[in-house]
Amino acid sequence: MNAFLSFTVIGVVTGAAYAIAASGLVVTYATSGVFNIAQGAIGMVFAYVFWQLVDVWHWNILLATLVVVLVLAPVAGALTEVLFIRRATGQAWYVSMVVTIALFVLLLFLADWAWGANLHAAPSFFGDRGWHLTSKVLVTWHETISILLAGATAVFLRVLLYRTRVGIAMRAVVDNRALAGLNGARPAWLGTFSWALGAGTGALAGILIAPILDNLSVLALTFLIFYAYGAAVLGRLRSLPLTFLGAMVLGLAYSYAVGYLPQNSFFDSIPISGLRESLPVVMLFVVLLVMKQGSIEGSRVRAFRESVDVAPFTRSLVTGVLVVVAMAIAVSFMSVGDVVDVGEGVALGIVVLSLVPLAGWGGQVSLCQMTFAGLGAFAMAHVDGGSFLGLLAAIGLAGVVGAIVALPALRLRGLYLALATFAFAFAMDNMFFPTNVAFTYGGTIHVNRPGIFGLHLASNDSFTVFLTVVFCLLAIGLLALRRGPFGRLLLAMKDSEAACVTLGANLTRTKLAVFALSAAIAGLGGALYGAMITQPGATDFASEQSLPILLLAVVFGMATTSGAFLGGISYSLVSTKVQSLAPGIPNLQWALTGLAGIGITMNPSGTVPYVVRMFKGRFAGQPQAVVDLPATAPAAMSGVAAAGTVAAVTPPSGTAAVPTSA
Amino acid sequence: MPSADAVTPPSAPARAGTALLERRQPPVIELRAVRAAYGRIEVLHGIDLALPAGMVMALLGPNGAGKSTVLKVTSGQLAPTSGCFHVMGRHVNGIAPDALARAGVCTIPEGRAIFPNLTVAENLRIMTYGGSSKREVEERAFARFPRLSERRRQLAGTLSGGEQQMLAMARALSSEPAVLLLDEISMGLAPLVVDNLYSVVSAIAAEGVAILLTEQFARAALAVADRVGLVSQGRVVAEGRPDELPDDLAAAYLGGLQAKGG
Ligand SMILES: Nc1ncnc2c1ncn2[C@@H]1O[C@H](COP(=O)(O)OP(=O)(O)OP(=O)(O)O)[C@@H](O)[C@H]1O
Ligand SMILES: [Mg+2]
Repeated sequence: MNAFLSFTVIGVVTGAAYAIAASGLVVTYATSGVFNIAQGAIGMVFAYVFWQLVDVWHWNILLATLVVVLVLAPVAGALTEVLFIRRATGQAWYVSMVVTIALFVLLLFLADWAWGANLHAAPSFFGDRGWHLTSKVLVTWHETISILLAGATAVFLRVLLYRTRVGIAMRAVVDNRALAGLNGARPAWLGTFSWALGAGTGALAGILIAPILDNLSVLALTFLIFYAYGAAVLGRLRSLPLTFLGAMVLGLAYSYAVGYLPQNSFFDSIPISGLRESLPVVMLFVVLLVMKQGSIEGSRVRAFRESVDVAPFTRSLVTGVLVVVAMAIAVSFMSVGDVVDVGEGVALGIVVLSLVPLAGWGGQVSLCQMTFAGLGAFAMAHVDGGSFLGLLAAIGLAGVVGAIVALPALRLRGLYLALATFAFAFAMDNMFFPTNVAFTYGGTIHVNRPGIFGLHLASNDSFTVFLTVVFCLLAIGLLALRRGPFGRLLLAMKDSEAACVTLGANLTRTKLAVFALSAAIAGLGGALYGAMITQPGATDFASEQSLPILLLAVVFGMATTSGAFLGGISYSLVSTKVQSLAPGIPNLQWALTGLAGIGITMNPSGTVPYVVRMFKGRFAGQPQAVVDLPATAPAAMSGVAAAGTVAAVTPPSGTAAVPTSA
Repeated sequence: MPSADAVTPPSAPARAGTALLERRQPPVIELRAVRAAYGRIEVLHGIDLALPAGMVMALLGPNGAGKSTVLKVTSGQLAPTSGCFHVMGRHVNGIAPDALARAGVCTIPEGRAIFPNLTVAENLRIMTYGGSSKREVEERAFARFPRLSERRRQLAGTLSGGEQQMLAMARALSSEPAVLLLDEISMGLAPLVVDNLYSVVSAIAAEGVAILLTEQFARAALAVADRVGLVSQGRVVAEGRPDELPDDLAAAYLGGLQAKGG
């Protein structure tokens, strides 16, 4: 009985912190239309700031709480909105999501740089003191305060959103931004206010939840708050009461799972303890699966159009040959270290390339490409000592798992799909990759380089050229696919799923196919990446690694194959070459991808299309044709210049490009 | 006595002498050679338009002529690419819609100009940004449209089309604007409801509020309009009192309104 009470108390306290973090997410989403994927990172950063104030600078703990929650975090949230989020208003829906992912990556980088080396316990209110629920069950003051604050937050938010004019106006802005402005409300400032509010709640949650961990840790703390996303999704990102309920269920389930699952070798094995660890995330996945279909953000998905014209077959072939030849020449002049860096970049480029058909053409977001890559590397290592068969196994395993993960994708779109894939990645991090079957806990496994057609590919030079060949073949194949009926179907699906269905296209098959295809490419890329670095470990394929991959794809042009190539190589070079210039700053590549991702609002279709258009514009006598369009209709209008034709913006429900074959 | 303060719209009795005032007061809204574009596509190719104080002007014309776009410019939602946009004599190119709204330009845009996921009461609460108190807004809205008060707690999105438009019009009633911009308030509504809405429009006009409205079907609009502007292909092709319009244009654009409108 006492044990049960103890676990219940812990569960309620955890749930309370989840509730606060999740309600911040819901408020930000409901009032600015942006789901802040960085919420977990914001909570983490401010938990560290709190620690800095209390333990290092010896501030009074109450004063520190007030300053962090009411001043620092809201100011940071407001600044974020003004500097970055606001620019995404009116752009394709994925832009604001990419900005928050970039923010997430940047915050991880900053926290790691500032505090990553520290191992310290988080400060808690009144230490271990508390009051006795029963003679054996102690409830600390910190826990009591957490629960009370969750209740207070709930009441505060409820009153704010439904009783005050500013709260009602914040909801009005999401309903109809232009009309809110015509009423005289200031939509821009309301958005800023909602971000301030979201950051404040995130920080409060971070402070309250941090003492659960023995020591502050950048990733562990971020993901602890990330669990709250499950609660927010349970509340349909809209209902605060449901969100609170979801948070409590999550907190209790987590606590009981830790407390009551038996302790023996089976239950302590990595898959089971991993399941326990990732329970909230697994719940998030399940909730997403069973959630009512109609509740999916239909109206928020805006039509957007890519304008990149697809190279004809001969041109893509010639380009491919030129790239391979150039690479062959280049590697012969490079030092061994440089070749390895470039080779890793090309292999990563293949993983980035896997997003081109999926996200660039099909409009489906995935945050688990590195997980597919990890599966590929795993298969490669275990089948036939890494021969050509190993590559096939990598493609097969990743493809099949991709199709399985795609099952929720058949019903999910946009943000929910992103969250589901991220949850999957996170579960794999905990339950599969660290096992001895896979990469072993904290260790690495050996992946042999494959030999093909009697070719000897063991040397770095030849393997790098081989990777380039594989990349080019894949790119040429994908471009051929893009020109065909499947490619047109993908584009139509991105434009409007509803219109596709009305036209009789079978979206189920299309989505399954493109997911499997994308996962298979990522698996292949992962196998080759593993072979390139020869000793991959679980951390190489950890869930957070998928975020820079997505950012790279978007930054360089999600719909272009050349963007994937450049993205992979520059990421690799930044993490080695540029990194060596600043050895004191860890993970510089995260900083740069994060910054580039945040800048995506200025150029949503990516660097490569931008450069191409600039050149075309110059030659056609229309310098920088597309660059200075107003933010309201950039995607739809871009490329019109080059074609010289006139197009109108597709309305959200409007007609999609008609698939010529279904 | 007249034009001591050129900015205030004339009071109701003054409307009798509009012809006189027209010359003395600056127009409350004036567009001079205004061009406007969506992205790269120019839609307005030089609009000249003046809405005199206290007047009701109807913009008529075929689909896609640019009527709604003119209203987007005059409500600040779309900045002109060139030309001048004056409100009460001040040059305000590029002003934000919310600033314009707070300055007394009330716009009811095309479509259902309500917040569907907010209740009727919450919709009315937003209208208080126009300057009136919550009580004033509700009193005026419910006095004119008693149906709304029965449905205070209902989500606005679940109201009937007519009720939604009443809710939208409640803002025109409650915010005591200097200028009112109405875009096709009759769209998709039964004639009876349209008549009801237009009786509200004439009541507001009778208080001396300058009104610029667009309509697809001229009948209702012409019943209240002092002046008519014919818009075609991004230009104002004719402007004047309803009976002044050249017959051929009227016939071409309004489907023989002279005969019907009398
Ligand atoms: N958001 C937009 N983006 C691009 N083009 C637009 C947009 N809105 C309107 N247009 C175009 O501008 C032109 C004028 O449209 P507008 O809505 O002003 O016409 P209208 O006179 O109000 O027509 P209607 O009587 O049908 O309402 C049309 O050709 C239309 O296609
Ligand atoms: Mg119109």
